[in-house]
Amino acid sequence: MIQVESLTKRYNGKTAVDSISFQANEQEILVLLGTSGCGKTTTLKMINRLIEPDSGTILIDGKSIREQQAEQLRMGIGFVMQHSGLFPHYTIRQNIAVVPKLLKWSPKQTEQRTQELLEKLHLSEDVLNRYPQELSGGQQQRVGIARALIANTPVLLMDEPFGALDTITKADIHAEFKSLQELKNKTVVLVTHDVQEAFELGHRIALMDNGKIIQIGTREEIIYRPKNSFVSEFFAENRLLLEYKLTSISALMPYLHESGNFLNQSNLSESDSTWHALQKLSTDKTHALDYERLSQAFGEYRKSQIR
Amino acid sequence: MKQQSLWEFVVEQHEKLFSQILEHLGLTFLSLFLAILVGVPLGILIARNRKLANPVLGIAGILQTVPSIALLGFMIPAFGIGATPAIVALLIYALLPIIRNTYTGITGVNPLLIESATALGMNKRQLLFNIQLPLAMPVIMAGIRTAAVINVGVATLASFVAAGGLGEFIFGGISLNNTNMILAGAIPAALLAILLDQCIALLQKSGYASLRYLKLGIPILLAIVAVIYVWPSASKSDLKFGFTPEFMGRQDGDLGLRSVYGIQIKPKVVSDAIMYKAASEGELDVISGYSTDGRIQVFDLLVLEDDKNIFPPYYAAPIIKTKTLAKFPGLKDALDLLAGKISDSLMRDLNYKTDFQNLTPEKVAKDFLTENGLLKEKRNGNAGTIRIGSKIFGEQYILVAIYKMLIEGNTDYQVETKTGLGGTKICFDALANDAIDLYPEYTGTGLLVLLNPSQETIRKVSQHPDKTYDYVNAAFKKQYGIEWLQPIGFNNAYALMMRQKQAASLGIRSISDLKDYLDKAN
Repeated sequence: MIQVESLTKRYNGKTAVDSISFQANEQEILVLLGTSGCGKTTTLKMINRLIEPDSGTILIDGKSIREQQAEQLRMGIGFVMQHSGLFPHYTIRQNIAVVPKLLKWSPKQTEQRTQELLEKLHLSEDVLNRYPQELSGGQQQRVGIARALIANTPVLLMDEPFGALDTITKADIHAEFKSLQELKNKTVVLVTHDVQEAFELGHRIALMDNGKIIQIGTREEIIYRPKNSFVSEFFAENRLLLEYKLTSISALMPYLHESGNFLNQSNLSESDSTWHALQKLSTDKTHALDYERLSQAFGEYRKSQIR
Repeated sequence: MKQQSLWEFVVEQHEKLFSQILEHLGLTFLSLFLAILVGVPLGILIARNRKLANPVLGIAGILQTVPSIALLGFMIPAFGIGATPAIVALLIYALLPIIRNTYTGITGVNPLLIESATALGMNKRQLLFNIQLPLAMPVIMAGIRTAAVINVGVATLASFVAAGGLGEFIFGGISLNNTNMILAGAIPAALLAILLDQCIALLQKSGYASLRYLKLGIPILLAIVAVIYVWPSASKSDLKFGFTPEFMGRQDGDLGLRSVYGIQIKPKVVSDAIMYKAASEGELDVISGYSTDGRIQVFDLLVLEDDKNIFPPYYAAPIIKTKTLAKFPGLKDALDLLAGKISDSLMRDLNYKTDFQNLTPEKVAKDFLTENGLLKEKRNGNAGTIRIGSKIFGEQYILVAIYKMLIEGNTDYQVETKTGLGGTKICFDALANDAIDLYPEYTGTGLLVLLNPSQETIRKVSQHPDKTYDYVNAAFKKQYGIEWLQPIGFNNAYALMMRQKQAASLGIRSISDLKDYLDKAN
């Protein structure tokens, strides 16, 4: 768990982060969302002391981060960067093993853990002896994640981790990332400017602007109960798409008067999003009626949410 | 006489050549190694503390611009002669490229990678050794490469301070008019530079990982270098000999000492410019010098008597092409005004004035002419220009200045001086190719260096000064169309000299005494 209290950072008189406070919980992905220059990356980097704040405190599991040496602190925090940050003169094997080496793990332990992560991140074993520049962007980012996960730290910080990837690769990695068991017990803070990514991955979202957090809450809270016009305008462009994606079929169940059996017929499950279900149904003419029913149910659900 | 080929020279001198190459490599490697030891940490320091970057790079840059000979000169008061001053001077030359490239290499590492490594928990030291140095290595190696090539070149000058190396052949060859000797020094030096450059390039390509093997290589290299420097100094005699490169290769020099006197020694090869001072300070005990040198008085040295006559007479006289004399009527008369005017002691005195009272050669020349009633108002005529050359030592500068005033005062010719031509060979070639019209030469040099006749002829004509003069004058006219004008009067012969005090305490007055002393000591 990370607790941030009235954190402030100024650069040459300009306030980059303006007395913000928030909390990131265990077993949660907290997304810091905002346009560039809003202070989200500065906030993230203060958590592992890459940047030292001017004032305010940060506690990790109740302990101030200033209590230990910066290097010790950082070894206990996984960090993923936008451009993978892999070392060009190290093989993938060496890149993954940087932190174990700093922690003086035995070669056997390192190798075992490396193999484990390769499998979980869908990387083949033959990348190990290659150099970063020989890998595709998606592979490099997976290696970057493996490197951050290897020491199994309770906290993981991610700075625009998928920002440099093309849309298709990004979608693939998003899916894998969400299903990673490794993340389940961690406190993850992820910085992004991509609204869809924020909704795809975040359990809670903190929308930042001008060094301040404008609103922090669950995805539903953010989209259905915007605190002010800045928040609603921020999502205006993606609003409908986000709502469809956010709503699972199970949430629509009360509004599906004739629930029917389209779920079984079309290979859908209750946990799928409405967006996913509608897309699937729209490709098959025989499901035209189901499509209409689902749309209707969504309309009614939405009315109840907005109030 | 058949000309010796380069190959024959190399075969004949292979032992000397081999030891010179070893010395050259030793100087280069040791200085390079020390420069890396100093330069890389300095580069790292200024990369971390950027405020220091400009002053440090500035100072290294200024040191780099000091002419190499001057730098070697500065080293002598501090480090004496031998390998030490040479290595320090070479180190200074190698510093700038190494510091600069280390700095550029480290500051050029992608800051994202630095952030990434920091975020993973590396401390400054781990960051330096794991990330910054390996990534900067190609740039640093390029700097070392530059430094290595510079050092191979500058190390040829190490022979000026008795540090050995291929410069012994190169500068000996220039003084002795021996092209083979020059090439035997210059070609290996060039090859060494290329070889070293390629070796480091190979190392550069094979990457940072291969540097591990260097850990093994460096102690071996240092051991070799140490052996090179300890071994020659393990000479038996306790007298330290220092001879000029020219003296080393001449019949009337080291060769004569060996064959006529039977003196077998391992002298240090040292430049004329520093030899006397080194002798007075006890860095050297026996040196080769010139009998008219002003420094003999200053440093209280004793000229050893040449009791077996190996040093032939060296009467100075201007030499000039016959056709040039015909082209400039009246020139000969002006030059002959000086004939017989300067004795040994007078010349020594004039030399003393330039070398130690720091008077300019022009001032000394003017005073001399005034005292002897020879100075005349400059005529500023424009009947033509005479070009006078000189070798690179004080006496010749004075003679040239005197001749300039004599010619411009007594004829309508203008004089252009080309002083400081490296050695006998350079002066003579300049004259033969009409780059200059005349220069003062010495009969002994003409005989032994330029004509190089058979041993028998040498013995015959070197017994008497007049015979030597007549022989060289006749031979030069015949072979080159060059005439020797009337001698100026003094005899600037080669001589061995020691400190007065030491010579007295050892009871040495002549070269034979020296030989006896050496025999007893062994």
